[in-house]
Amino acid sequence: MLKHDPLQKVLYIDLTGRRSWSEYRPELFEKYIGGAGVASALLQEHCPQGADPLGPDNPIIFAVGPLVGLFPMASKTVAMFKSPHTGNFGESHAGGRSAVSIRLAGYGAIVIKGASQTPLYITIFNDKVQFYDGRGIWGMKSNLAARALREREPGSGMRTIMRIGLAGERLVSYACLITETYRHFGRMGLGTVFGSKKLKAMIIGGKQSLPVADKKNYKKIYDEIFHQILTDSSLKKYHDLGTALNLVPLNKLRALPTKNLQDAYFEGVERISGENLAENYLGRRIACTHCPIACIHLAALREPYLDEPYFYKTTFMSYDYELVYALGTMLGLDNPKGLFHLMDEIEVLGLDAITTGVVLAWITESFNKGLITKRETIDLQPKWGEYQTYREMVRNIVLQPNEFYQIVAKGVEHTSEIYGGKDFALAFGRNEMPGYHTGYGSYLTFLTGARHSHLDSGGYGLDRKILGKEGLGPNFYAEELLKEECHRQILCSLVICLFARGVYTHEVISQALETAGFNLKVDELMKIGREILKQKYVFKMREGFSFERLSIPKRILETPSPFGVLKEGFLKEAVLLYKKLLLGGQNEI
Amino acid sequence: MKRLKVIDQDRCVGCELCMFACQRRFGEGGFGKSTIFVHSRGGMSRGFTVVVCRACEDPPCALVCPTDALQVRKGGGVILQSHKCIGCGNCRDACTIGAVFWDEEANKPAICIHCGYCAKYCPHGVIALVEKKKLDVKT
Repeated sequence: MLKHDPLQKVLYIDLTGRRSWSEYRPELFEKYIGGAGVASALLQEHCPQGADPLGPDNPIIFAVGPLVGLFPMASKTVAMFKSPHTGNFGESHAGGRSAVSIRLAGYGAIVIKGASQTPLYITIFNDKVQFYDGRGIWGMKSNLAARALREREPGSGMRTIMRIGLAGERLVSYACLITETYRHFGRMGLGTVFGSKKLKAMIIGGKQSLPVADKKNYKKIYDEIFHQILTDSSLKKYHDLGTALNLVPLNKLRALPTKNLQDAYFEGVERISGENLAENYLGRRIACTHCPIACIHLAALREPYLDEPYFYKTTFMSYDYELVYALGTMLGLDNPKGLFHLMDEIEVLGLDAITTGVVLAWITESFNKGLITKRETIDLQPKWGEYQTYREMVRNIVLQPNEFYQIVAKGVEHTSEIYGGKDFALAFGRNEMPGYHTGYGSYLTFLTGARHSHLDSGGYGLDRKILGKEGLGPNFYAEELLKEECHRQILCSLVICLFARGVYTHEVISQALETAGFNLKVDELMKIGREILKQKYVFKMREGFSFERLSIPKRILETPSPFGVLKEGFLKEAVLLYKKLLLGGQNEI
Repeated sequence: MKRLKVIDQDRCVGCELCMFACQRRFGEGGFGKSTIFVHSRGGMSRGFTVVVCRACEDPPCALVCPTDALQVRKGGGVILQSHKCIGCGNCRDACTIGAVFWDEEANKPAICIHCGYCAKYCPHGVIALVEKKKLDVKT
């Protein structure tokens, strides 16, 4: 690392005492690069064993990497904490302006500890950290709180405004943290941890200059990477249609979870496909800082007020594949306007959209099966495709007017432990499933991935690659997924957007890192990746995670996948093989 | 004479690649010395404003400089003669559109020299280097 690179500076914020300080930690970044690597080391340092995820001991860690501010698409921030949703390792990523803002404010990582008695928000502009009374924005919808802060605080264009909605304040275990209105630390309940600390929002900004090792070489490598990004065909499709482009192909494969995965094919897919949404509703495309792709697609919804003629409002909503899956196909909803309304409700209240969709799907099926009744739902009758009812339910999940809603505010696994319906409670490691019924690869990623996210090792991609090949056993999957997850630790430590993974090969990474003063050869990168993954598992095991205790909802074994009906034995064997490969046959790391 | 022109800021996606490109002229990352700036129009759903020097032929920034550090450029705009600048900030206050930025490290203004380097990195057709005479009424 370069001697004067601000990356090595870690900012510590103590909410209890309302004080902050920074420390130089070059050794952390030299060993673990940044992002996921540095954050997991800091989590290990700051999160005591058995910490209450909603207690003051649970730290929130944000980390960025050396390529942020230097190269395109190094644009993500990694957050780590103990998850109030899974009760174990929590990791969530987001883009927007967050990564560049943290880096150019002069930090490589931020550690937030303690808790406040009263609502507050924090601003971090370069060396200046300030604590403000947050009571004036507490209880506000996330978008309105952000609007107030946007106008009150300086730094437009070079700051990030992270904030929570009511869901975080009211401790729904899957509340998200929103940044720049349309990007989210969506999963694992980071918004809930913010809420438990009474931290409504955090603004970070700065516009520092960053040194490089060799100016001429820096510009040369930049141009090569920039050119690659613009000519990469897989990236062009994200620019054109965004991630929603995946709906039609996944449906054709019969891999698109529909109505709580009672089916893997959705009749109404054309109406909510990436193509249809782009042609009829796309209002604007926007980008994360330093990303030329601009995959963020905003729908413009023009609608009349009903109380007065010719009185309209236009609302913008970001849609992504995961939202269309969770709130569309999973709920049998093929009405785009209804879908946007539901997305908007979830957005302003600040919930994890994937988990919320899976929860609503479970509620609908359980209601149909009589496991729950109108007594539980407070007279709401959930029905596939009826978004108004779902909208009401979302509000209830946040406000929790009775015991049932208090319970569903903790996710489907918890709910099914009380009401039954475990066989179709679609969660893995207590995290609700993303939208890929593609085969063994996908489910093995949900099961074995350190954060039980489809992005951990991208098994859905592996499924699509090997579809049609015969005779691949559990061992093949375990090896491939472990290799991929180790590789992704490097990308996520550099905080490179995973969409750019085809451009940032290990060779390109090694060259780019050289300009930032890191001399890491390809084989060293792989070693570091593996070490980071192991470190995450050290934390998980310490907090009680066990590969053997992972449960597999029966539903995924009933609905045929593109690989036919999946076998439980196959999945279990692959999970144990993965464990063996990762831990080398030891029970402890 | 060429100048940098914002062709259509409604095409801007807010990626800020131009800001990074401007800084990269000096072989650095970040945007501490950048002379082009992008910010949202009050939330990203409303789009973005791209702020950069318009190359005024009679630039207010040069008029208010007490040390004549800002030399009027042939064809419009100004060139900073750094050794004369005392960092008073009058130029920054004088620019109606806020296109005089501040290099905090040097405590001097940072103003576009209309080299067009940033435009090469705008993939969305927002900015371009154009001949001054070709400018139309819409600028």
